[in-house]
Amino acid sequence: MAADLQAPFIRRALLEPEPPPLAGGDALTRGRARLFGGVFNTVLTVASAIIIAALVWPALKFLLIDAVWTGASRVDCLPETVGREVGACWPFIKAKFVQFMYGFYPASEQWRVDVTYALGAALLAPLLIPAVPYKGTNAILFFGLFPVVAFFLLVGGVLGLPHVETRVWGGLLVTLVISFTGIIFSLPLGVLLALGRRSHLPIIRALCVIFIEFWRGVPLITVLFFATYMLPFFLPDAWRIDALARVLIGVVLFAGAYMAEVVRGGLQAIPRGQFEGAMALGLGYWRMMGFVILPQALRLVIPGIVNSFIALFKDTTLVLIVAIFDLLGQLRAAFADPNWATPVTLFTGFAFAGMIYFLVSFGMSRYALLMERRLNIQQPR
Amino acid sequence: MGSGDPEQGRAETSGDVLLEMRTTENPVAIEIVGLNKWFGKFHVLRDIDLKVMRGERIVICGPSGSGKSTLLRCINRIEDWQRGRVIVDGTELTEDLKKIDEVRREVGMVFQQFNLFPHLTVLENCTLAPIWVRRMPKKQAEEVARHYLARVRIPEQADKYPGQLSGGQQQRVAIARALCMQPKIMLFDEPTSSLDPEMVKEVLDTMIALALDGMTMVVASHEMGFARQVANRMVLMDAGQFVEVNEPEAFFTRPQHERTRLFLSQILR
Repeated sequence: MAADLQAPFIRRALLEPEPPPLAGGDALTRGRARLFGGVFNTVLTVASAIIIAALVWPALKFLLIDAVWTGASRVDCLPETVGREVGACWPFIKAKFVQFMYGFYPASEQWRVDVTYALGAALLAPLLIPAVPYKGTNAILFFGLFPVVAFFLLVGGVLGLPHVETRVWGGLLVTLVISFTGIIFSLPLGVLLALGRRSHLPIIRALCVIFIEFWRGVPLITVLFFATYMLPFFLPDAWRIDALARVLIGVVLFAGAYMAEVVRGGLQAIPRGQFEGAMALGLGYWRMMGFVILPQALRLVIPGIVNSFIALFKDTTLVLIVAIFDLLGQLRAAFADPNWATPVTLFTGFAFAGMIYFLVSFGMSRYALLMERRLNIQQPR
Repeated sequence: MGSGDPEQGRAETSGDVLLEMRTTENPVAIEIVGLNKWFGKFHVLRDIDLKVMRGERIVICGPSGSGKSTLLRCINRIEDWQRGRVIVDGTELTEDLKKIDEVRREVGMVFQQFNLFPHLTVLENCTLAPIWVRRMPKKQAEEVARHYLARVRIPEQADKYPGQLSGGQQQRVAIARALCMQPKIMLFDEPTSSLDPEMVKEVLDTMIALALDGMTMVVASHEMGFARQVANRMVLMDAGQFVEVNEPEAFFTRPQHERTRLFLSQILR
C-alpha cells in the first residue's frame, strides 16, 4: 500500500495480534550484553565487583570463618587461647542471650513474655497474609484485644500472676513494646490530627496545627527527658505514672505528629471530585472519610507510613538515655561485664543487634512493597 | 397526592418491586429564590429564581463559566452561597448539617468526571450509600444495585473496578449509583462532556429512559438533541444569570433573547 499513497485503502481482514519479539536472546547473552557492553559498562561492572568483594569477604570472615562458636568465658575468645585471628565471639551472645531478650524480667516469669510474643505472632500472621479470611475480626483482636491481654500478661497483678515492675523489663522486650505501642497508636492519632488540620472548624484546626508543630519542633530526646525527669516535678505524687508508660506516651505523641503530616500529604492528593461524589450521596463527614477518602489516601502514603514505622522502631534505642534498657541498652550493659571483655566483644554485640534491627526493618519494608503491588493490581488506575 | 402524580405513574409503568412507593404531598421539588453567590470577588450566581415542579425536566445550557455547575451544586449544597434561599422537597437548606444530609439523601447527582470511588468495585460503589446512609441490609442493597446496573445495561460489570471500564460505562455506573439511593430528584452536571463521541449516546439513552419514568431532573448540558427530546423547560445562563427561560419548542425555534440566538447559532452549526 506504500506504493501508491494516493489510492484509497480498505482493509479486507483485521490483523490478528502477534506476540512481541524476544529481546536479545537468552539470559546469558542478555546478561553479558548488559554487564560488559562497551568499555564504560565493563569498568563499572569490574569496579562494583571489587567493592562488593571488599565488603563481603571481611564480613564473612569475621562473622563465620574466624568466629568462635563455643566457649564459657572471655578466655575462649582470646587470640592467644585460640591460636589464630579471632572473629565474632558468639559464646558471648549465647551467655547474655536471655538478658538481651528479657532484660531482668524474672526467670520464672519469662514464659509470660513468650506467651505474649506467641499470641501476637498468631494474631499478626493471618492479618498479614492476604488470603486468610475474617480480616475484620482479626484486626479487632490484634489492635483491640491483644494490647490489653499483653498488658496484663506482662505487668501481671491479676489472675494470680505476680506483678512485674517495668523497671526490670529490658532488651528486645522493651524495644518491641515501645515500637508496637508507638506504631499502633501513632497511626490513628496521626489520622485524627491530619483530619483536624484540614478541618473547617477554626479552633480544631488551630489546636491540631499547634500540636503537630510543637511535637515536630522538639527532639525526641528532649521529649523523653522531659517525660522521665521533669514531669514528676509538675504532677502531684498521687499522679505518679510508671516510667515506661511516660516514655510510651511521649513516643506515641511524637510519632503521631509525624504521622499526621504523612497522612495529610495523602489527603491532599485525593481529587476534589471524590469528596463531592461522597457528599452528594449524603455519606456525611465520618463515613466519607472512613470509606472513601482515607482508604485511598492511606494507600498513597504507604511508603511514608512504613518509613515512619521503621524510623520509630530504630528511634526506640534513644530510651537508653532515660535509663530504660532496650536491646541496645542491654547490649551496652553486657559490654561492661569483665567476664566477657575481649577485643571483639563490642563488634560481636553490635553485629548481633544490627542483624536484629535489620531483619525487622527490612521485613517491614518488603512487606509494604508487597502490599503496594497487590493493591495496584487489585485496582488499576 | 393529585391524580396526575408522576411518582405513581413511575412505579406502575416500570413494574418496580424493589422501589418502595414514595408519596409526597409537595408538588414543588425545588424552589430557588434570589440566589446570589460569590467566589471571592467574582459574582458567579446573580439573582437566580427557579421553581421546579415534581416530574419536571429542566435543561440548563450556556457557555462554560456561566455558573451552570455552581447552580446545580447549590441544590444539594456542595457549594454554599451568600444570599438567597434554596428549598428542596420542602426542606430549606441552611447551615444545619442534618438538613443538608437529609436533602442529599433525596437528591442524586451525576458529575462530569463521574467521581466513582476507584478503590471500590462497581457493586460496592452502588451499595455503599444505601447500606450506610439508608441502613439497608447488605443483601437487599446488592439486589437493588444489580437491578439498577441492569437498568443502565451493565449488569455484567458489577465486580469490576471503575478503572477497568470505559468512560461511557463509568458514567452509567455513576447514574446507577445515584439511583440506588432511590432519589426523588436527579442532578446532571454535564454528564457527557468528558466522554468520547462514541459513548455519548449510551449515556443519553440512559437519561432519556429515566426521564420517561417520570424522574425530576435538572440537567446542565450542551446536548441539544437530548434537550429537545426530554426537556419541559430550557434555561440559558450567561454571566451567572438566567438569560432566557422558555418552552423547548419556543427556545429552539423562536428564541427571544439575542444571547440565546447567538448561543444556539454557535452550538448548532
